[in-house]
Amino acid sequence: MSFASGGGAHAQSTMMVQQAIVGQIHEARRAAALRFRLTFAFVWILIIVGIILSLSAANAWNWEFVFESGPVIVLQGAGITILVSAVSIVGATILAVLGALGRISGNAVLFAISSFYVSLIRGTPLIVQIYIIYFALPQLGIVIPAIPAGILALSLNYGAYMTEIFRAGIQAIPRGQREAAGALGMREGHIMRRIVLPQAVRIVTPAIGNEFIAMLKDSALVSIISVHDTLFMAQRLGRSTFNPVTALLIAAIVYWILTIIFSIFQERLEKRMARGDR
Amino acid sequence: MTDGPLPDLGIRPATATSGYERGSTLPSHVGDPIVKVEQLEKYFGDNHVLRGVDLEVRQREAVMIIGRSGSGKTTLLRCINFLEEPTVGTVEIDGLRLEADPLRARSRRHQEQIRQMRLRAGMLFQEFNLFPHMTVLGNCTEAPLRVLRLPAAEATQRADYFLEVVGLAEKRNEYPARLSGGQKQRVAIARALCMEPKVLLFDEPTSALDPELIGEVLRVMEDLAHSGTTMIVVTHEMHFAQEAADRVVFMEEGKIIEQGPPEQILNNPSHDATTRFLRRFLER
Repeated sequence: MSFASGGGAHAQSTMMVQQAIVGQIHEARRAAALRFRLTFAFVWILIIVGIILSLSAANAWNWEFVFESGPVIVLQGAGITILVSAVSIVGATILAVLGALGRISGNAVLFAISSFYVSLIRGTPLIVQIYIIYFALPQLGIVIPAIPAGILALSLNYGAYMTEIFRAGIQAIPRGQREAAGALGMREGHIMRRIVLPQAVRIVTPAIGNEFIAMLKDSALVSIISVHDTLFMAQRLGRSTFNPVTALLIAAIVYWILTIIFSIFQERLEKRMARGDR
Repeated sequence: MTDGPLPDLGIRPATATSGYERGSTLPSHVGDPIVKVEQLEKYFGDNHVLRGVDLEVRQREAVMIIGRSGSGKTTLLRCINFLEEPTVGTVEIDGLRLEADPLRARSRRHQEQIRQMRLRAGMLFQEFNLFPHMTVLGNCTEAPLRVLRLPAAEATQRADYFLEVVGLAEKRNEYPARLSGGQKQRVAIARALCMEPKVLLFDEPTSALDPELIGEVLRVMEDLAHSGTTMIVVTHEMHFAQEAADRVVFMEEGKIIEQGPPEQILNNPSHDATTRFLRRFLER
């Protein structure tokens, strides 16, 4: 500071030179960032075009099929995929809350039931669970149509995994919150419902978003019980027109784009949560 | 602070000397005993934290508990409303007597009795413990609405009144995250007052505050003390104790060593332990 105020013309020019350099550094950085992004996009496009060209050359990629059957796969198949996943994440969340309450309960019966649920579901493959619900339950006289059966299987499966998420969320609420509520004369149930759970749900909301994205992909498994989802539609149309590879690639692209879209939502959600209101 | 009267807390009748037979050492505005702690013992595992504590607090009396950390003062406070189940002993607040029952502490009956006890004793915490997902108003009306089952209009009116008392009426719709520590503690005080408890228990209410925010909380507490709120305060603020206490209690190693008017305990203690504590405290 001292030389800038006292130095006159010389100091003035030194400062201008410095400012010019700072400006150039800025400009160079911005250019580098832009170059990075352009290169990134270029590489992606190159890979995708390369795959499509090489498949076309091998006669495995059929543009005609893409334009004829693509819209059906997207509109019908992706619609069912989103529907099944969305309903299942709601069901899974409800089961997870109940499971978590059981897992932290001092009641031995509730603890046993929820522990059994979590252990059984996490210890068996999702595909087996789907088969059992769709094919074995009818033997007991319980017949469930394909879509509800798929939703039930996904809800049960994700509910078990999310139980641990909710348990952690509940246990992350500081003890002081329960103490303060108790000191105000609230009963256990009231404290859980009005004080602990609302805060726990906020904590785990980003994690539920992650589960939802995973579920979008796992929901492809319900195609095996002929739920008309993305994979099922792709396989059926691909088989009937002898374009199995193109059809599968379309399905893959649909899942990919869906997860990208929901990841963006998820990221925003997470940022909003991080800003938080604590 | 407003100058309004505190309807259930703030009356200090000039003739309230009845039942105050111990005379000169006790201030004239206090009434009959309302909190009685008898032979309280508390173990944490093998750690004997409270060793037979007896304490009686009278209506409209402000009792400040001092002592070094680990002396059991916070545990005593937490045992009074059973946030910690005492190992042995009895607590009585406003005619409700509850004996420690650590073996059946989780039983429904005991829990319900504890709840009744807590309705008589408001608690303030070092860490405020406001509910972060509720507005200031929501914090103040939650328990009156759903525990006392007051009509919404009355709960809101009561909350607004006590927010005015702590000087935060204009913050009623804010979330706790937007408040300073001092404001949070004042909201916590308003929240406790909304339950119209018989006694307020303060557990080091200013220990988590930045130094410049301590004053505003102590001022509210002092106003409450002077307007006749019965309170038991665990504190390290000696100056505040001097100003606002009717009685100072000195604890060490789980026992009450001595107690009396603030000028006597703080300026002219009769036990060496008290002198040592106060000297060390002043040296800090």
